[in-house]
Formats: sequence, C-alpha cells, structure tokens
Amino acid sequence: MTYLAKPRLHHPSLPHNALGYTRRDYEGRISTLCAGCGHDSISAAIIQACWELDIEPHRVAKLSGIGCSSKTPDYFLGNSHGFNTVHGRMPSVLTGANLANRALLYLGVSGDGDSASIGLGQFAHVMRRGVNMVYILENNGVYGLTKGQFSATADKGSASKKGVANADSPIDTASLALLMGATFVARSFSGDKGQLVPMIKAAIGHQGAAFIDVVSPCLAFNNHPGSTKSYDYVRDHNEAVNFLDIIEGRPEITTDYAAGTSVDVVQHDGTIIRLRKAAADYDATDKVSAMNYIQKHHALGEVVTGLLYIDNQSTDIHANLNTVATPLNALTEKELCPGSAALAKLNASLR
Amino acid sequence: MKSITATNDFVIKFANVNGSGSASANELFAKSILRMGVPVSPRNIFPSNIQGLPTWYEVRVNEAGWLGRRGGVDLMVAMNPQTWDNDLKEIETGGYLFYDNSKEVAPEKFRDDIHVIGMPLTSLCNASYGDPRQRQLFKNIIYIGALSILLEIEEEAIAQLIAEQYKGKEKLLTPNLNALKIGRDYARENLQHPIGLRVRRADNVGDKIFLDGNMAAALGCVYGGASVCAWYPITPSSSLAEAFQRYCSKFRVDPETQQNRYAIVQAEDEIAAIGIVMGAGWNGARAFTATSGPGVSLMTEFLGLAYFAEIPATIINVQRGGPSTGMPTRTQQADLIACAYASHGDTKHVLLFPEDPTECFEHAVAALDLADRLQTPIFVMTDLDIGMNQRLCEPFSWDDSRTFDRGKVMTREMLDAGRDFGRYLDVDGDGIPYRTYPGTHPTMGGYFTRGTTKNARATYSEAGPDYLYNMQRLQRKFDTAKTLVPQPVLRKASTPARTGVIYYGSTSPAMAEAIGELEARGLVLDLLRVRAFPFGEPVVDFVSSHDEVFVVEQNRDGQLRTMLINELGVDPARVIPILHYDGTPITARFITQAISEMMRALHIDARKTGKVA
Repeated sequence: MTYLAKPRLHHPSLPHNALGYTRRDYEGRISTLCAGCGHDSISAAIIQACWELDIEPHRVAKLSGIGCSSKTPDYFLGNSHGFNTVHGRMPSVLTGANLANRALLYLGVSGDGDSASIGLGQFAHVMRRGVNMVYILENNGVYGLTKGQFSATADKGSASKKGVANADSPIDTASLALLMGATFVARSFSGDKGQLVPMIKAAIGHQGAAFIDVVSPCLAFNNHPGSTKSYDYVRDHNEAVNFLDIIEGRPEITTDYAAGTSVDVVQHDGTIIRLRKAAADYDATDKVSAMNYIQKHHALGEVVTGLLYIDNQSTDIHANLNTVATPLNALTEKELCPGSAALAKLNASLR
Repeated sequence: MKSITATNDFVIKFANVNGSGSASANELFAKSILRMGVPVSPRNIFPSNIQGLPTWYEVRVNEAGWLGRRGGVDLMVAMNPQTWDNDLKEIETGGYLFYDNSKEVAPEKFRDDIHVIGMPLTSLCNASYGDPRQRQLFKNIIYIGALSILLEIEEEAIAQLIAEQYKGKEKLLTPNLNALKIGRDYARENLQHPIGLRVRRADNVGDKIFLDGNMAAALGCVYGGASVCAWYPITPSSSLAEAFQRYCSKFRVDPETQQNRYAIVQAEDEIAAIGIVMGAGWNGARAFTATSGPGVSLMTEFLGLAYFAEIPATIINVQRGGPSTGMPTRTQQADLIACAYASHGDTKHVLLFPEDPTECFEHAVAALDLADRLQTPIFVMTDLDIGMNQRLCEPFSWDDSRTFDRGKVMTREMLDAGRDFGRYLDVDGDGIPYRTYPGTHPTMGGYFTRGTTKNARATYSEAGPDYLYNMQRLQRKFDTAKTLVPQPVLRKASTPARTGVIYYGSTSPAMAEAIGELEARGLVLDLLRVRAFPFGEPVVDFVSSHDEVFVVEQNRDGQLRTMLINELGVDPARVIPILHYDGTPITARFITQAISEMMRALHIDARKTGKVA
C-alpha cells in the first residue's frame, strides 16, 4: 500500500498480553497490498489471534508460496522466521520444516492460484499426511499479481472484470481438504473478523492438519457485480453454520444459550471450542454430512462458513511416523551416529 | 577345437528370466568365489520389468582384482530360451555353453566353435520336487551345484553361505543344501569336469567388503546424521531410500521409548521430495533425497531457490540413461550439466563423484557436512553401475571423535552476546553467511527467507547493488567450495608424461585396469580422478601441465569436458573426449583401444622429451 516506514512508537495505553506484548509486537512490515485488500484483514486477524493466545512470535514459522496472499507473512509476526517458497510448493517445505522441529507452530499461508492450481497436488498430500499446522488459504478467485486471470476456485458462470464468464467448474478447497483427511476444516470471510479470529485460535489449538478457507475479495480485479467472490456477494450469501468461542483453560464462561444450541469441543491443548449453532441440524463432527451440506448449499449459490468439520481424535504426522519427542534438529552425534563399533560389525557382515 | 583355459580370470554370464528367483542363486555363486579369496565383480543387466522379461547377471572372476566390466563371455549359463540366439553369439570362441537339455534343442541352434554342456535341470527338478515354485527356485541352486563341479568351486564355501543365509530357518536350509547336492552329484557323475575355466583358492580379497553403492550411500546418510529423508520411487535410486529405512530401523530407534530418531516420507513426486528436504534443512535438520535424472529435472525450480536462499540439501543422484522414458535400468554419467547448473538464474551447484560403494558412504557423509557448511544443495553423483551392483571395496571406517560440521549457525547465546546478525552478510570473506534456526531468539535473528529480492540483512530489496552483493558473495562461496570438497586423486606415470587422462566415478575400475595395458603398449599417461565440482587448483594444474588431456566419460556429449572448458577456460583442442554411452558400464578394453587409437591419430608421442614442465 505504501512505502512509508511504520513508526515504531505506539500508544502507551495499548493493552499487553500475558507475555507483556502489545498487538504491535505481533505486527510485521507495512503491507504493500492494495488499500482495502481482504488479505490485510486476515493478517490483522492472525495478529489478533496470536496476541490473544499469548503465542511467542519467535516460536512461529510462517511459510507461503507465491502470489499476493503469499506476500502477507512479511506483514505479520515480524519476529518469526518466514519462508517465501516457490509457487504452489509451500506444503512440502512446511512438511519438512515440521519434521525437523515439531515444537514450533507452523502457519502456512497460500492463495487460490497457489493451492488450487499449480499446487493442488501438494495441497492434497499435506492434508493426507496430517501435518500439524494452520493452513490459511486467502481465496479471491483471481490471480492478482498477474492482473486478473481466473483462478481454479472461481465459480462457473462468475464474470471477470472485463465481463467474460468463467466456463470451468470451481475447486472447493474446503471440500477437498475434508476428502483428503484434514482434521480441522473451516471457512470464513475476511470481512468477518468476529468469526475469523476465534477460528484461527481454534485452528492453532488443533493437533493435526487444520485448514481455513478464507474468502478474501480482491478489490482490484474481482469485486464487481457478477463476481461470486466480491464483498457484496459474500455478505449477501454468507451462510454461517456456527459461531465459535474459544475458552482457554479458564472457568467456563456462563453465557446462556438455549438448550441444544451450543456444543463444546475440547482440544488437545485443553482449550474448549464452544460452537454456537447457526444451522440447527449441522453437526461439525460428522464428515460425510458436512460434505453434503457444503455441496448442497454451494449449489444454491451460498457460501457456507464456520467450523465445518473437526476430528477431536486427530493425530499428526509425527504420531504416524512414531518420531521421538525431541525435535529432530536437536539430535546430536550421540543419538544419530551409530559409531565405529557398529560399523566394524557391519563390515564383518559384508564379507 | 580351441578351448579357453583360464584360472581365476574369466567371465561367466547367467541369462535368466526376471522373477525366476535367479538373483539370489547367482549372488550365491559370486560370493562363494569371494570366499575362496578370489575377487569377483558381478553386474546386473536387467529390464524395467518385474516378471517375465530377460535378465542377465555377469560375473567377472579376476584374481588380480580388476573390477571393471571386461566385455566378452567365456561361459554362458543360458537359462532363457527367449534370448538364446543372442546369448550364444556373445560367447568367445573356445568358450563354454551350459544349458538345460531337458527339452531337445535343434542342432542348428548351437555353434560349433564352443563347448556345449547340457544338463537336464528341469527333469532333475521335476523328479525331486512337486511344488512348481520349488521346482523353479531349486533349479537355480542345482545349476550352481553343477557349476561348482565344473569350475572346482569348493562345496564348503557355498554350503557355508547357504547356512549363513538360512540361519535359524532349518525348513529352508535343508532343501537348499539338497538341491546343491543334486547338482553336484549329477555333474560329477555325468559331465566332463573340470572344464578349462577354474577357480582356485587365493588370498586376494583381504578385509574388503562386498555391497552395492545404494546401501553404502544410505549408511553414509545414517552416519552423517541425516534425520529427514524424502523421496519418490525411481529406478535406480529406490533401493537407497529403502536401505536408509532398514538401517534407521536398526540404528535409530530410541531404546527406551521405541520411538524413531528419523522421519522418512515417500513424497507424491520429486518436487515435494526436495521441498521437504529444503524445509527440514532450513529448520536445522540434516535432510537428503535420493533420485535419478528425471527426478532432478522436476526438482530444478526448488534447487534454484535453495541456491539463492542458501538452504542446505543433499541430493543423491543415482544416474541412469535419460530421459524419463529412456533407459531406466542402464547406467550413464549423463546428468552432470543438468545438476551442475540446475535451475533458472545464475546457479551453480557442488557435485561429488564417488568411485565405488566405499566412496558412496564417505561422500554421503561429506555431502551432509558440506551442505551445512556451504548452506547450499550438494549432489552426490553416483550411477546405476555403482548403485545397484555389489562391488568389492575397502571396508568402511569411522573415527568416533568425528563431529558433524553444522557450519555457521548463530545461537541464542551469540545473539545475546551482541554478535551482529545479517542473514546474507559476508563476515568472514569466504562468502558464507551465518544463519539462525527458526525459533532461536525472541527478538533477534528472525528473518524472512526468499529468493533473490533481498539485501544482506534479508530485507526485501529489488535494488541492483543489493542483488550484486549477494550474487558476488555466492560466487565467492562457490570458490570457497573448491577447497572444501574431496580433492582429486593423482596417479603419476613412472616416467614424465606430457599427456594426461581425467576420469571420475564408476569409470574408475576400468581405468585402473586400462592404464596397465596402455603402459604395456608403451604409452605413458598421468591420471587424475576428479572427485568433485567445482574444480580446484589441482585440476587446473593438471590440465595446464599436460599438452593433451583425455577426458573419459560415460555420456555422449563429454559433459565434464564441457565443464572444464566452461569453468577453467581450457582450450577445447587440448581436452579430448573419450566417450562410452551405450548403457553398459565402460570397459578397460574400450578405454585402452580408444586412447591408443586417438594417440596414434593425433601423432601424440606420450613420452616427455626434454624438461618436465
């Protein structure tokens, strides 16, 4: 947006979290995206979620591919290590990073060109493997950096800025993530911070592959009438199945909900996700009916948002590979190298 | 009729059908000769197939210890009717044919200048075994038994190997020993023996070990501390990743928790494999992938990023004939240029050239150290000939005081002590910057990793001077690499030579043998075995101190020669290509003939007259 340097000073009355950090400590460089870009709202939501959860910024690794969305990790968590990888291949780099050190929080940021086109294969396989991560797809249905081509998530019949209708069927990444075995699947809208922040917090608490598809309108190329990824369209067709409250190991909050309208899900880290139901018959723990629901409502032109699916018994790639608790990058010669005596034995067996 | 007679110096070739269980019997044959103290070098010649297509196993028996392929066949064990005609053609005049005569073979199918030894293998099997699979498997052991009589291989050497193989599996041990006896008894009673080819006990094996290069490289990755392996199946490298898995199961399981000190991922493709390796390398774990040419092609975008972002990665390329639909089961050294300059932009990568399994082990360890030290991808350029054939080689050794060289890593303590950190800052003048592992320090040492658009402190920058700074530093780093990689091995002729030979990798055993023959012909040549790219001073000196240098390679285009010309500015007229690339391993015969002819054609008098340069 601007080349102006961000002032380091901040208002002394900004609130501090348990680590003594203000929200400003979770910010990054100033965004270079267009004014009003949905992606900046997502960055703000990530900052808010990490600040609220008292996450140490340096214990987060943020990885991305290529595209407008993939630039955003530079704009939040400035004290975290970031890795801007190649187009569509963030999932594999994140997988390797996660294998090397299971103790960090892995945040993958991608776009629809990145994840649904060039990187569809890696997107599918990272879900299959249950890599413990928060994967946020900033979905605007369009290639922004190359100026307005349709992406694979653009709805069939949706019009480009120049008025051309998209003829290809869309890829619904939330449905695909469900199918591939992601154990936390959600969808939100960059214009709905109230829904997005607790959703990111819930995803961070999840052990396993957590995926959030965030519809994030592109003001420059995909915010016109006829687009199904515009602010107006998504506001008019947003069908939330539930709303989340995150309860962190504190005594239960006692907001009253009518019986049967909320359900609590306890996460591995002890936090509780309280799901306030918006669609009375929606069960976020039932994968098959979740898929049906998403497809049915998509056919009606609606954008289903909320926590779509959660598997509370999820495991992750480290459990599957039975790796040691110590991060692999902290193992030394002592644990890794069998030494000369073992080698002498081996030599003997090869004669 | 002429008869080839030779003791401890002949070639035997087994023509089999893939999937018939011949591989383990043939290996038993080769090892039994090793146990008699006589060096052997076996080679698998196999199709891209699991069952039904022809496969061959060629064993060179050579007391002098020459391990290169010789060429020509003295004894053919023809067990595959499909390939009969061609198999017979390969036998040298006066050589021997051993075949199954259970069914009559038409007389015109034979040659009259070779010795024919027929044995009713199928009939013997059918008489002894009811089960069809047993008939098939034991037929192989029966012919090994017969060969042991014909060639005078000690029964005890074979029996001992069978006993070791089936230790604790009595059910399998006894029938195998019986089959061996059936073969020996029949041959002793019915065949003229011994034939002109003999094995006689010697003492030329010493403490050498016998294994394939893929196993050795996998073991090197274990010893070198690789804890993450990501790979995609591709011949001829798949057995490397599988061997790593086996060695890890043996050496890398925490005895208390039974949990693994390693992670192996079979990725969805080679792109993901190198991506995983890079993610792990970025995050401070030693990681590698094993692949072959087509896999490297898929990895090239990532390799460029690894070069510019300076991420350690080890890639073991078991080279084969390219491209993807080419000769996946044949050997070549044809990926040098593809690897040395892999990716877009100005990229250059470090390559290592192991000559045998021992060096596969050593170079795998070295590559993991170099990757961390230089913060860049390191290729170990082995090939099918080394990777998938068992080779007699020096035993592995390990110094327990050896530590991993993790390179320049800035720790939390160093940051707290006020050390200046700039991710791409050249503080020591060697072009190698410091890095931090993610998660090191709450407020210092964090940085954003990306390709080229950055300054020395890893801040986004598209400014020309920042780009130049990094590119020139990377060039400096590549120069530093020259002194860190395995140095070339020089073999000077006994008298001063004005002509030299450069060679590398799996050409080594053939070259070692050829030089003796060349010298016997009065040709005096200095040899330099290049073990790495970039080329350092010893290579420059070698080229400049000889009038002509032959560059012996197993590819069509003289790829190492091109790199010598490109990197050292050598006059192309002075580097003469000697190229072998039909998919079979290069032979001493080929090298001797090619160099002799070329020297004659060029009127090179190899002896140095006057002063030595």
